[in-house]
This record gives sequence, C-alpha cells and structure tokens, in this order.
Amino acid sequence: MIAFLIKRIANAMMVMLAVAFFAFMIFRFVGDPVEMMLNEQATQAERADLRAKLGLDDGFLVQFGRFVTNAAQGDFGISYRNQQEVIGLIAERFPATFELVIVATIISLAVGIPLGVITAIRRGTWYSEVLQFLSIIGVSLPSFAVGIVLILVFSVTLGLLPAFGRGETVAIGWWSTGLLTESGRAAILLPAVSLSLFQITLVMRLVRAEMLEVLRADFIKFARARDVPARIVHFRHALRNCLMPVVTITAMQIGNLIAFALITETVFQWPGMGLLFIQAVTFVDIPVMAAYLCIVSFIFVALNTMVDIAYAVIDPRLRGANG
Amino acid sequence: MTDTPVRPTRPAAPSRLARLRDSDLWWSFTSHPTAVGAAVLLGLMMLAALLAPLLAPQNPYDLAALELWNAELPPVWAEGGQWPYVLGTDLQGRDVLSAILYGSRISIVIGIASVAVSLAAGLSLGLVAGYFGGIVDNVLMRIGDVLLSIPTILIAILVSAVAREMLPPDLREAGAAAVLVLAISLTAWVQYARTVRAQTMVERNKEYVQAARLIRVPARRIMMNHILPNTMTPILVAATLNFGLAILIEATLSFLGVGMPPTEPSLGTLIRIGNQYLFSGLWWIVLFPALQLCLLVVAVNLLGDWLRDALNPKLR
Repeated sequence: MIAFLIKRIANAMMVMLAVAFFAFMIFRFVGDPVEMMLNEQATQAERADLRAKLGLDDGFLVQFGRFVTNAAQGDFGISYRNQQEVIGLIAERFPATFELVIVATIISLAVGIPLGVITAIRRGTWYSEVLQFLSIIGVSLPSFAVGIVLILVFSVTLGLLPAFGRGETVAIGWWSTGLLTESGRAAILLPAVSLSLFQITLVMRLVRAEMLEVLRADFIKFARARDVPARIVHFRHALRNCLMPVVTITAMQIGNLIAFALITETVFQWPGMGLLFIQAVTFVDIPVMAAYLCIVSFIFVALNTMVDIAYAVIDPRLRGANG
Repeated sequence: MTDTPVRPTRPAAPSRLARLRDSDLWWSFTSHPTAVGAAVLLGLMMLAALLAPLLAPQNPYDLAALELWNAELPPVWAEGGQWPYVLGTDLQGRDVLSAILYGSRISIVIGIASVAVSLAAGLSLGLVAGYFGGIVDNVLMRIGDVLLSIPTILIAILVSAVAREMLPPDLREAGAAAVLVLAISLTAWVQYARTVRAQTMVERNKEYVQAARLIRVPARRIMMNHILPNTMTPILVAATLNFGLAILIEATLSFLGVGMPPTEPSLGTLIRIGNQYLFSGLWWIVLFPALQLCLLVVAVNLLGDWLRDALNPKLR
C-alpha cells in the first residue's frame, strides 16, 4: 500500500513538473518580459537593471528551478497588465468559479441520477428511448452555443434572468459569495445550467449503465422474490450500489468543470478565474496564463490522484494492477 | 504432394458495391433510422459546404458585394425580411446564410485536417511504440500520460495563443487554420497511439507476423501492411467521434478569440461576432450559426455512436 501511495504521488508530481515546464516555456517563447513591463522610454540601464532583478541572466535550469520553487509557494510573479500579484488576482476570482462549479455539479447530480434510474428501470419504453437519444445530443452540444441560446430565451426574450455578472455578493472573510443574495442566486442559474448540461448526460449514462448491471444481480432477484416493493428495490437496493462510481466520477469531473467553466464564464461574463484567463490570453499577460495553467492542472491532478488512492484503499485488488 | 494443386474455379468476385450491400455493417446501418438520418444530414451539410461558392447567394469575403442598405435585415419569414437573404443579414449587409455556408466549409476542413494529422501521428507513433517497445515506447506513453492529465481545452487554448504570438504578425491570419489544426492534434493523437500500440503488442507475437519476419519482410512493411489493417476497427470509431470533437474545439477556440480571424470566419468566429449583438435584437446573426454548429456536431456524434455499437463484437 505504501509503495502504491509513493508511486502514485511521484507520478502526480512528474505530471506537475511537466506542466510547470510547459508554463515556463511560454515565458521563454513569447515576448520579452522586460519589454512587457517597462515602457518604451526606459533607458538601457533600466532594462539591464530589471533584467538582473528578474534573474533573466541566469542559466536555463536555474531559472526553471526558481520558477518551480516560487510557484510551489504560490508566487507566480506580477501581472504584466495591471502590475498586481498574480496569485492575489486569482484568489480574488476563485470563489466565483468554485461556486459556479459546485452549483453545476449539484444540478447535474439532482437531474442526472433520477434520469439514469428511469432510463434503466423503464428500458425499452418510448420515453426512455427519447431520453437516451437526447443524452447523445446533450453530449454533443457546444456549451457556449447552449449558453447563448439560454441567454436569448431567458434574458433577451422573456427577461426573467440576468444574462451576465454575478449579482450582489457578500464577503465572508476573503471569500465572496453570491449565494446569499436574491440577485446572486438568480445570476448563477443560467451559467450553472449551461455548464451542467454535459455533466447531466454523463451522470445519466453512468447511472443507467451501473443500474442495468446491478439489476441483474442475485440480491435484486431475491429482494423481488421476497415481494419487496419495486420502489424500495430500485432506490434502496439497486441505486445505493451504483453510487460509488458516480461519486468518484463526479469528484474527478470537478477538475474538468473548472477548466470548462472558462467557456461558460466568457459567455456569461462571469467574473471567475476563467474569464481572467481569457482576458490574459487576449492581452498576452503571460504570468496570469502560466499561473492559471498550473493551478487548474494542480486541482485536476490532485483530484485524480486522490480518487485513485481512495479506490486503492477501498479495493485492495487495484493496488498491484495500476502500480 | 508433388502434383500441382488444381485451382478450383471460383465464381467472379462480387464487386465492392455488392460486397458492401451484403455486409453486416450495411445491414446494421439501414436498420438504424437515426444513423441513416445523421448520415444524410451530414452528407448534405458537407455537400453544401463544398459547393458553397455555387450555392451561396453572396460571396461573404467580397467587400464590394456588401451593400449597407441591406444591413440588419431579419430572416425572410420575419417582418421586413427580403429575398435572397433567407436568414437575414448582419451589420455590414453580409448574408447570414452565405456566411454560414462558407463558415461550415472552414470548420469542416479544419476538422478533417485535424483528424488526418492526429491519425498520421498517432498511428505511426503507436505502431513504433508497440512494435519495438523499450525506451521509445516508454517515452511516448509518458508524454501521452502527461497530455491526458491536463484538460484538453486548456492545452488547445494555450497552444493556439502561444503559437500565434510566435508567428510574425503578417502571417497570423494566414496561419490561423494551421495553428488550430496543430493545437487540436497535439492532444488527439494520444488516443490513436494508445489503441494501436495495445493492438500491435498483441499482433506482434502472432504467427503471421513471425512468418513475415522469417522471410525478412522489412519492419516498416510488416507494420504498415500486416499489423496496421488489423487495428483499424476501433480507430475508425475513434476517428469519427474525434472529427466531431475537433469541430467543437475549433469552434470553441474561435469563439474565445484564439481561432479563426473575422476576415476568414469559421462557425465559431461567426458566433463570436454575433454574440456582440445579442442584446440589440439582432438574434439571427448569432442563432443560425449556433444551430448549424450544433447540427453538424450532433450528426457526426450520432453516426459515431452508431458505428461504435455496430462494430462492437460484444453487442452483435
């Protein structure tokens, strides 16, 4: 078990090093940070001074080592665009993205699980076929197009919900939440639904497949033979045995949702990390781009590693297989 | 057995078309109405995109053809709509239908090119890794692991943005399509490589490969002519689904502003442009390109989904 743990964590660290290398290479390839940070009238001496201060005269490996050490401590330098600490900019935007992702996840579970159960226990009926068909469409639809159509319908035509921004927010310490105000809750609805659409179909298909598997098991037949009501057989006996993969996939998907949120955030002008990143891309603000890449990848890799380890703790057979 | 074997007289080999008509795959295809529908839809859209210069009422790139007094026309069925602007016009008087036809063309071409590039890279790397094994295999698969441990869309955005910055300014617009193909293929090859590698490692030890090796068929030919054809079934499914995915990623990048420029708009660029007029009542500029994109991707995915089931030996 210890060997598995060490192996898995070493693997995750290798991936993070590769990501850091990629982020570092962006700095090397694109533009000259000195040109980006100083204005055009700067003298040669000022340039040389800044160059030395940023450590750009050191060797490649020394610079990369410094980048990794600083990044591991949360120091990603200063934004080229507005001269603020990058980590502060991201921390300020993080709550918005996190709330969006959590609400989208809750929606996807609340809608996806019942749909998955229905399509499994009513297999072959017309409505479960229709739901199956819709789920393929749901996987295919581009999330930004869905967002735009939602805005057209609910904001422009019906005028029911706000189309952009986060509404009023309340500060709790350094965290700012929009979930406690009326306008904040209204504002999160459309972006969360548009972000969750893909996830709903994923959960639905997963629950359906698992349910079909479990419903064939002996204990289900036995429960039916004992004349346990169908509702209890389906929800208490069968569904409970399907939830384990649903929980793990949901946990792993949170990383993906954070990355995908950048599209939703652009459509709805949601002031999260993703919007910050896209603006950074437009202005070639490399420190912000690099920091976003590192942080999102870290969340992604950390979640995957934790899920893998959790699986190994629960199921000892996996310890050897993947190691 | 010293006699020369008597060659049995065979009936003339059936033509390719007849063989296709007798195959299981064709039977499965014709008995799935969604697959037929999706194929017809996809065929029509590809044909329309191919023939865009003949079908489109207007050349959307030709600035001289734009007439400002025809600007902001709604679709023909709405009040104020005019022929031949079936789906209305944008702020410069550009016909939305023509823009969609030309835009689909760009989206489809980039989709096909991305699949071709990632297939070429993935198949050859997978074959080499699986056939020779060792350090090449190890390095390639580790690179693949790393690429798959970061969200795909993030890699595509960063590669596209960085590659564009590195191009000289006068090449940025002309090179946009190539940059997109590169950004999409960079992660897509991994799936093909993994599939082919796994299959190659199985096939490598089979007798027909041993026999070919014994008579000194060059490794290159064994890989290309003997092993590769046996790995094609799962690759076909993956390629179909990745075609849809490539169109989707291209549209997303263009929508986010790191894809095709407005001078040569793909469907994603058209949606990006139309999105600016969302609140000015000009809904047709954004809605129709978005619908076309959805139809295109849904048709490809429905076809891919059917193909996966039809070629899955477990479901036969």
